[in-house]
Amino acid sequence: MLDLIFSPDFFFAVLRITAPILFATLGAVVGEKAGVSNIGLEGTMMISALFGSLVSYWTGSWAAGLLVAVLIGILTSLLMGFFAFILKTDIILTGIAVNMIGSGGTLFLVKVITNITEGTALASTTSLITTANQIPSWNIPIIKDIPILGEILSGHCILTYIAFLMVFLTWVLLYKTPLGLNIRSVGENPNAASSVGVSVLKIKYIAIAFSGAMAGFGGAFMSMYYAMGWSLDMVAGRGFIALAAQAMGAGEPVGSMISALIFGTAQALSIKVSSKGIDSNLVTPIPYIVTIIGLVIFAVIVRRRVKRQHSAAALKESAK
Amino acid sequence: MAEEYAVQMKGITKVYPNGIAANQNVDFFVKKGEIHALMGENGAGKSTLVKMLFGLEQPTSGEIIVNGKKLNLSSPNVAIANGIGMVHQHFMLVPSLTVAENMVLGMVPKKSGLFIDRKKAVEITEEFSKKFNLPVDPNAKVMDIPVGMKQKVEILKALVRGAKILILDEPTAVLTTQETAELFKELINLKNQGYTIIFISHKLNEIMQITDRMTILRSGHSMGVYNTSDVTPEKISRLMVGRDVVLKVQKERAKPGEEVLRVRDLEYVNEWGKKMLDKVSFSVRRGEILGIAGVESNGQKELVDMLFNLNTPNAGTVTVNGESILGLSQRKIRSKGVSLVPEDRMLYGIAGAASIQENLISDRCGDKKLNKGLLFDMKKIREEADQLIDEYTVLCKSQNQRVDNLSGGNIQKVVVAREFSNNPSLIIADQPTRGIDVGAEEFIHNKLVELSRSGIAVLLVSADLNEVMELSDSLIVMYGGRICAYFEDTSELNDEIMGEYMLGLKEQSPEQIRRVCHE
Repeated sequence: MLDLIFSPDFFFAVLRITAPILFATLGAVVGEKAGVSNIGLEGTMMISALFGSLVSYWTGSWAAGLLVAVLIGILTSLLMGFFAFILKTDIILTGIAVNMIGSGGTLFLVKVITNITEGTALASTTSLITTANQIPSWNIPIIKDIPILGEILSGHCILTYIAFLMVFLTWVLLYKTPLGLNIRSVGENPNAASSVGVSVLKIKYIAIAFSGAMAGFGGAFMSMYYAMGWSLDMVAGRGFIALAAQAMGAGEPVGSMISALIFGTAQALSIKVSSKGIDSNLVTPIPYIVTIIGLVIFAVIVRRRVKRQHSAAALKESAK
Repeated sequence: MAEEYAVQMKGITKVYPNGIAANQNVDFFVKKGEIHALMGENGAGKSTLVKMLFGLEQPTSGEIIVNGKKLNLSSPNVAIANGIGMVHQHFMLVPSLTVAENMVLGMVPKKSGLFIDRKKAVEITEEFSKKFNLPVDPNAKVMDIPVGMKQKVEILKALVRGAKILILDEPTAVLTTQETAELFKELINLKNQGYTIIFISHKLNEIMQITDRMTILRSGHSMGVYNTSDVTPEKISRLMVGRDVVLKVQKERAKPGEEVLRVRDLEYVNEWGKKMLDKVSFSVRRGEILGIAGVESNGQKELVDMLFNLNTPNAGTVTVNGESILGLSQRKIRSKGVSLVPEDRMLYGIAGAASIQENLISDRCGDKKLNKGLLFDMKKIREEADQLIDEYTVLCKSQNQRVDNLSGGNIQKVVVAREFSNNPSLIIADQPTRGIDVGAEEFIHNKLVELSRSGIAVLLVSADLNEVMELSDSLIVMYGGRICAYFEDTSELNDEIMGEYMLGLKEQSPEQIRRVCHE
């Protein structure tokens, strides 16, 4: 049983399944760094997924679909930002609203725009994405011929590679560029940032736009590659899992990537196990249970660390 | 020669929208290259004055001239552009960034047009650090460095942005003694290099030590400009501390009974390692009002927090009627007969969005007499609220009105009505009349006297001289986290003596202070 699960095939699936979670996770990472909790990643992914698949179908070009998905992601999040920063609505509630639009609103839109399904059947765009307009995969030269490694690493959708490349780029953005410095300072001490002339509002807009773009990539991946078309609630909680991955990775790009991989593994496992004939009612919850366990472990670690710091400070004090 | 002055603030008046005049026709002239102290008690208007100089607030009337140029300081950016820098009391630093990163925030040097030039940032930091003899570690994270170094980073931040006039808002409040000594050396060094320093403080010994001249403020008015070498600490104390009008409170002599509150050797070290309470011991007895006087931030706030378990002391004991209350929940503490009129009524005294009625019963809503089975007995509750509103003359349309729609004085009456009517054996009244109208103030004063004469122990903490001197039967003065004086009979006290103890010019012997323990 174990060797059946832990095959090259399985690890390939882990990377594939992690990719959309990873995109959303990076969006959450940058948002949180700027002190913006983008809880609407889930809904943003749904909206982007829908428009990506539609544009891809209309134009016959996956690139156009991807571009629109990302732009829609940015637009949605900027709108969220406008509500939260300018109109001063609660950003969590705004995010919940986006998630609800992402669920019910998209279904309504797809019915109105395409009227593709007959009668009262649930609308979807699953018939619109074919191998012709899906996001292509890439066989890596040389590596594809290495046994096992080639099977795991080669032949992924190009967005999968971009997702993992984005981890590095996000790290560079946050830690090597003036923009990243501003993002981190705005998130930690907005007064300090504005006191030296950094526009807190501008930086927050940039951060939320970045997280929207990432949700756009994630959404495109879902509807234009992973599921080959948009259907109701297809993102299935990946936007929320991303928030958990961000928290578990302590808000750092690499740490959050590792957390996203853990969730990806759990999801791959549940798919694999259910294909082995085990009741899917039993295995479908696995990724969500892992999310909860992960968050608990994370909370315990943080508590311990804080306690240690406190006792260290107390020791220092008593030594005086 | 007009150029003699770095800063000329002429006839500055600042009236806030709520009608409070923080500054009235204040003149503040600072010469180039001097260390000029801006002195006054809390609430005297020091902060407001420098906020206007730094562009954080705009004066209602008056003009500001910097280096001979009349300025409209509409924002801190204008102030910075004109060579004014400010070191805030609460540091404007980002903890997880390095010292160098904090230094260059908002003006980051770049390499290849895209990336942070960290080397350059470190170089800039080191250059300024060396030039002004302010040693900092450019690569350390701000959260890991001691408070003294954080302050140096703040000063350097101002200097790197071209400040020639530095405003330091109570810079020593967070520093240890050694760090303070170090800071003074650095400030004198800056002065020698031609920088102008405005030093805000209410600590006399510091002012005497490093300033050239001083402007003293008292309740929004300037009490004049003096050369530090020409005035004695006693004179400054008289100018700073004092009452414009003496309010008299009628009360009979106290007949203290047995001990209610007993505080012994209470110690507290705050998160930055500064000792905020140092072996504080005192007792409050039935039927007396013990006042705690002192300039703010000398440990009074910390003391009250300990008594109500809003913070945990490092050592010491607190008992009420012989039972320890340390570490008990607020509900338990209340059940032992302790009432608190908190300093910040909006935060700790009331629930703003709840009704007057709900606020009045919030401490007793579980009482049997206000409940009928599982539900409230609304009739009883209405009666109770009506009775309290009547007794404490709370001015309101109905008891169902939101409490935060009331005036400050009436809100405080709601707090007081609840806290005084719960059969307390000890009332802790922390700044009970701050910022409220004279009528409400008088009412609360009379009520406190009445309650104490009926056998309740009252601990009154107040920075208001009138209040603490007239209301208390006996009083202690706190300075630097310690009790520095005990006066058994307040009627023999005057402003001058109080000022000297409050500003740390004098301290009684341990034996004299120990008398407040009544052992």
